[in-house]
Amino acid sequence: MRILSYAQAIREAHAQILASDPRAFVIGQGLWSPWYAGQSLAGLDHEFSRDRILDSPVSENATTGLAVGAALAGMRPIVFHPRMDFMLLAVDPIVNQAANWCYLFQGRISVPLVIRAVINRGGEQGAQHSQALHATFMHVPGLKVVMPSTAYDAKGLLIAALEDPNPVLYIDDRALYAASDPVPEEMFRVPIGRAAIRRAGRDLTLIGISSMAAECVRAAALLAEDNIDAEVIDLRSLKPWDSEMVIESVRKTGHAIVADPGWRTAGASAEIAATISEQAFHDLKQPVARVTLPDCPAPTSRSEESAYYPGAEQIRAAARKTREAAA
Amino acid sequence: MLRIRRAEEAVAQMVEAGEALCPCHLYIGQEAIATGVCASLRPLDTVWGGHRSHGHYLAKGGSLEAMFAEILGKSTGCSGGRGGSMHLVAPEQGILGTVPIVAGTVPLAAGAAMAYKMRRDPHVAVAFFGDGTLEEGHVHEAMNLAALYRLPVIFICENNLYSSHLHWTERRVADNLDRAGDFHSIPSARVDGNDVEAVFHASSTAIDRARSGQGPSFLECRTFRWRGHVGASTDIDVGVQRRGELTEWLAKDPVARVEARLRALGLHEFDDLEIQSEIETALARARAAPLPSAGRLLHHVFAEASCAS
Repeated sequence: MRILSYAQAIREAHAQILASDPRAFVIGQGLWSPWYAGQSLAGLDHEFSRDRILDSPVSENATTGLAVGAALAGMRPIVFHPRMDFMLLAVDPIVNQAANWCYLFQGRISVPLVIRAVINRGGEQGAQHSQALHATFMHVPGLKVVMPSTAYDAKGLLIAALEDPNPVLYIDDRALYAASDPVPEEMFRVPIGRAAIRRAGRDLTLIGISSMAAECVRAAALLAEDNIDAEVIDLRSLKPWDSEMVIESVRKTGHAIVADPGWRTAGASAEIAATISEQAFHDLKQPVARVTLPDCPAPTSRSEESAYYPGAEQIRAAARKTREAAA
Repeated sequence: MLRIRRAEEAVAQMVEAGEALCPCHLYIGQEAIATGVCASLRPLDTVWGGHRSHGHYLAKGGSLEAMFAEILGKSTGCSGGRGGSMHLVAPEQGILGTVPIVAGTVPLAAGAAMAYKMRRDPHVAVAFFGDGTLEEGHVHEAMNLAALYRLPVIFICENNLYSSHLHWTERRVADNLDRAGDFHSIPSARVDGNDVEAVFHASSTAIDRARSGQGPSFLECRTFRWRGHVGASTDIDVGVQRRGELTEWLAKDPVARVEARLRALGLHEFDDLEIQSEIETALARARAAPLPSAGRLLHHVFAEASCAS
């Protein structure tokens, strides 16, 4: 199978969606410029016309609301927020409108919409160009949330999101754009709500989200040097998330470390840890450990940034600590 | 118009009797606007409303019984009792959902218009909203998008002078809502919102314009709501100083005006008895319908298959 980068996989998913579904269109800021989206949308405006790839005015709320209305009227929009931070201006159409619609109107009408938001982890982006706000949105009933970490999933989840009859928040991370792995040429779907085992292991379970799933894979290689055989689960979907796969793994290993690219307090890691405690308490040999961002905004300078963003080493340290405490 | 008036009076009675528990925002006094605008609309055109949308729903063809049942929280309501007065829906009649977040549906109306434009459908979308809505920023974002993309959408501002309990003079420094579209090069006008013929003529021009690909229009319809912001009272009881205005506007009753006009022209008048009888039948059926079962609480959080058109 050919190798694609994560950014190329996102672009290919867009191109195949636009070619196969006349209802699909993309609206948002920066669609005609590599400045915002890297290679993930490159040239789509020329391939599919600027009538379907709408680089919009700086109106996050109204463009998102427009996408909701177009979805209700039978289209399949993808609304693009080049920094997730900017999407906060569009919380009303996402949370109050899109997420509520199907329930409020008793299933008579739904909002088949993809809201794509980009995390821009690292690179001195600062506090308002880098935030990972997935936990805020996984809290909301009626909204699905997916976060691919591989090129394969980046493509398959985008196609699944577009075909889903519900609003799906698709969160990609620019820090992953160069990551490359085998991606099928044809259109395929990665089921929303299903996690993936990246490495099978017996000693402990690493549960990673987005860029931290990739860090978990690196951490598992480091732990192998310590003679610790880690199982790595890439969650891929946050809402709904695959608690079944996680619980099954934790029952086997007795140890769980959750690695989340978001903040600690009330974060996705808290939900996962709570669920493990509820469902696999007696199988745990140690409390669930968490590797998260500290509870502070993202600093800009690289010296502080390196302390802010945890990676494979921090996951390895958390795993070793857990194992040593159990010994 | 008289049908909307009588239906709203029935809702007011249900509120006063404690029978309708959800917040009900009555349209009495503003009936000429929904009626005048919807007279030029076709079945597949969509209307978008807010918390005060009983009139829009009925004028566009929504079922009276389904609305009463919804207000009473019954399973036969248009939203199955899930939404109440502020969440009305009738997809077959071009009502894709009303919600009470102020300005919430204005960008959605532009989005429906975008769908029509992209598909080259001959439909238009109408956004109904109150004067307070123009204090929300995304209305201006939506107007800019509508102008930029030449969308077949009509912005109908029902200026009833109050936003909740605040008079417009407590919220703005100039009486210039009729110029709201100017900044976006959207043709804008003011019309007497209590004159159904004036509303009809002004809005049908705007609708024709949208339908023929010439883009959006903005219409300020000047009116007054007789009842308070929410519920059946006038809000004078809660300290809003509007007695003088209310007296003045009661004399401009849009229903009485059109009745006088019909009489003067020797045309068929409203049949109040027939309307009353329709309302009583619808009410009786809504009252007799069952409440939803608690067992369905978690149904429809997510759609299983798309039900969008």
